[in-house]
Amino acid sequence: MLSEEVKNKYQLVVGLEVHAQLLTKSKIFASDSTEFGNRPNTQVSVITLGHPGTLPKINKKVLEYAIKMGLACNSEITRYNIFSRKNYFYPDLPKGYQITQDKGPICVGGVVPIILSDGTEKEIRLNRIHMEEDAGKSIHLAGEPDTLVDFNRAGTPLVEIVSEPDIRTSEEAYAFLAEIKKLVKYLEICDGNMEEGSLRCDANVSIMLKGAKEYGKKVEVKNMNSFRNVARAIDHEFERQVELVERGEEIISETRTFDANTCTTASMRTKEDLNDYRYFPEPDLSPVVISEEWLNSVKSKMPALPKELYHKFMDQYGLPSYDAGVLTEQKEMALWFEEICQHTQNFKAASNWMMGPVKSFLNESNLNISEFPIQAGTLAELVFLVDEGKVSHTMASQKIYPELLKGNSESPLQVAHRLNLIQESDEESLKPIVENVLAENSSKVAEYKSGKKGLMGMFMGEVMKQSKGKADPKVASKLLSELLEN
Amino acid sequence: MKIDKESIKKIAHLARLEFDENSAEKMSKDMSKILDWVEQLNEVDTSNVEPLTTMSSEVNDMREDKVGTHMSHDEALKNAPKRDSDYFRVPKVLE
Repeated sequence: MLSEEVKNKYQLVVGLEVHAQLLTKSKIFASDSTEFGNRPNTQVSVITLGHPGTLPKINKKVLEYAIKMGLACNSEITRYNIFSRKNYFYPDLPKGYQITQDKGPICVGGVVPIILSDGTEKEIRLNRIHMEEDAGKSIHLAGEPDTLVDFNRAGTPLVEIVSEPDIRTSEEAYAFLAEIKKLVKYLEICDGNMEEGSLRCDANVSIMLKGAKEYGKKVEVKNMNSFRNVARAIDHEFERQVELVERGEEIISETRTFDANTCTTASMRTKEDLNDYRYFPEPDLSPVVISEEWLNSVKSKMPALPKELYHKFMDQYGLPSYDAGVLTEQKEMALWFEEICQHTQNFKAASNWMMGPVKSFLNESNLNISEFPIQAGTLAELVFLVDEGKVSHTMASQKIYPELLKGNSESPLQVAHRLNLIQESDEESLKPIVENVLAENSSKVAEYKSGKKGLMGMFMGEVMKQSKGKADPKVASKLLSELLEN
Repeated sequence: MKIDKESIKKIAHLARLEFDENSAEKMSKDMSKILDWVEQLNEVDTSNVEPLTTMSSEVNDMREDKVGTHMSHDEALKNAPKRDSDYFRVPKVLE
């Protein structure tokens, strides 16, 4: 085991490469369906299988989605796009090359803002975002002499998002991935599901002595299927590299695979150290020129982004950073909150309802906010009833809210009337109850007057009991004080 | 440009081609000759010329995102040297 003191001498340096499968209906260079989970080798064509003499033709939507991602990250959009061939042999790559972008990726530079658990914000710079095709799927079964290959996935469009080596901790790596996932989901260009492989991540990990100018040799780690595993792999790799350096050994630039069972990494593909992809321009595809007009039309279709909403919720609605973070976690949730804010001015109360009762109902019933049985306007009415003092918050959340969840067309006010929950908030109707309570407890009143102020709670309790919980506490306590001080 | 025997081996490996070791000498001579011939192009000053990436002057030849017809499953697997009812089968790639 390494001591903290030894570990503290070194700085972790990480760059991430994230592949996001785009949510197009058809593939990037052929019209085969991209649907997931069908019988193997049924969504293929001569283009996908790389039969001789076939020509690729690019799907316009892929460019649109890649531009969207670039705009969301403040990247510069390349106007003249060409593709390249990356040549290598692997059974899941039928043509013997992958069509990708080498020089001149569609998006250059850019930043992804991340927020860490202590609330600090940091910007991770992007190197590039480029378009490419996915490979088929190889299945290696234990005890099976062959590898099985399914080409349904081959040719599915991807964008590869490459960060600069700006990441310094595994928490930052996790936050970066969470932000990418949030972005692609807001943009509706990828479903962001890492377990199913629609979002994939490789990590380039190196270490250097703190204060050093030059990065150490980087090791590429693959095969992490969750954000948590990316963080674990990075932490493991940091320790492994520190141990090597401390022993005076050299770090080898190589590709390592992460094993989720042991949380360790192991060297892979040493045989292919000779990797030489011999990139050259893909002659079968004509260049794609992105005009000002096209770019503007994509810009006009850009949705509000999580960061914008996050700041809007804090600046315009006065919410704490925590609330703004939770509410912008999912686009649908954020938009629902926006809607409720059209109907109420009590933004913090609306936020509390969303983060509490609404979220827990959705979690328990495994529903999306789009399937939530209460309209935003209706929930706003309930917030208003509480604000007005018509019903107590307790009654609103314990009695009225469950009724509204049944999805009948009753308004919160109607439910409150039906269940007889309207608070007695006018002094005239509450006064006899308060007087009655004091009359019935004359000895306690005397004790109160002689200084036992703690009895106030007991009087309030009695008033609530006699009013069957309908007394507005604010009015009741005001009346009690008035009558007791006389 | 001189292509040595090591380069021949590397190129053959990258292209997954086999060759007869005895012909390596001749091959390296031939390849060197070919490259020398092509290198004549270096005499032309191309410092102000953008690299040619495509033979056609066409741009923006794109498709709409629509699903078309697929090959039948049987047809897709027909030419596979080895297959089963669902998959292409290839020699095991991972240890």
